[in-house]
Amino acid sequence: MRYVVSLTIVLIALWLAVSGVYKPLLFVLGAGSVALVVWLSLRMEVVGVEHNPVLYSWRLPLYWAWLVGEVVKTNFHVAMLALTPSRIRPHIIDVPVPHRHAVAKVTYANSCTLTPGTVALHLTPETLTVHALDDRSADDLKTGAMAQRIAWLEGSERVDAQ
Amino acid sequence: MAETVINVLSAIFLLAGGAFGILGGLGLLRFPDFYSRLHAAGVTETLCAVLIVLGLVLQSGFSLLTIKLLLILLFLLFTAPTATHALARAAMVDEVEPEVIAKQSSENRPAPGEPSSNI
Repeated sequence: MRYVVSLTIVLIALWLAVSGVYKPLLFVLGAGSVALVVWLSLRMEVVGVEHNPVLYSWRLPLYWAWLVGEVVKTNFHVAMLALTPSRIRPHIIDVPVPHRHAVAKVTYANSCTLTPGTVALHLTPETLTVHALDDRSADDLKTGAMAQRIAWLEGSERVDAQ
Repeated sequence: MAETVINVLSAIFLLAGGAFGILGGLGLLRFPDFYSRLHAAGVTETLCAVLIVLGLVLQSGFSLLTIKLLLILLFLLFTAPTATHALARAAMVDEVEPEVIAKQSSENRPAPGEPSSNI
């Protein structure tokens, strides 16, 4: 029930933010759409299934801020490599995935793909196989800085990152 | 005065975004194989998109339009890596061999013919 209420509130907020036209008819249509989506979600049995503290933690904005910094840094690096393509040394590496929750593991793989220079090829519960564009991109991942940030996001105190 | 500053900032963001778009396209053309080209595409779908949306946010002022632009950015940043990963995995399943310097792992790679999402 908690998840139904929170989903409804989020959908109403989204509708109000995106609509911008506040007339009685549109309110009714908006309420109808929200009700329809909530009903469909209930029928699909997806309400609360993907729920995880990771998704709603106050740590998430801080993690995003750090991730944007990383994305900017690696973008400059890959842009430099685009100008001098002879310097790339593509290779494939495995890194350990020290997280407990599925959402955290997927966040790790997605964050890794989001930073140019590393693309997640394959994710198993224990390891992440990554295609790295050059040594620097691979080293960024091998240090485990990103894995530790996500472990912090997940809320666990310590992980044995490599 | 404030308007001029905002316009100049916005122009800088938009131009920088465009420049990264061009660099990404250049990488797409110049990198040797499929997998390294994914990294070049990563430049256009991250920093290029972020800079262009920020430039547009400055143009739109603070309004509902800002929220819409930021939502576009949010969805883009969630879907782009997913699409990249799906492409990479589809290529591996189809046995597109990456040109690599050193191969450290082979046992974790999806076998040919394996469905592209099985976790």
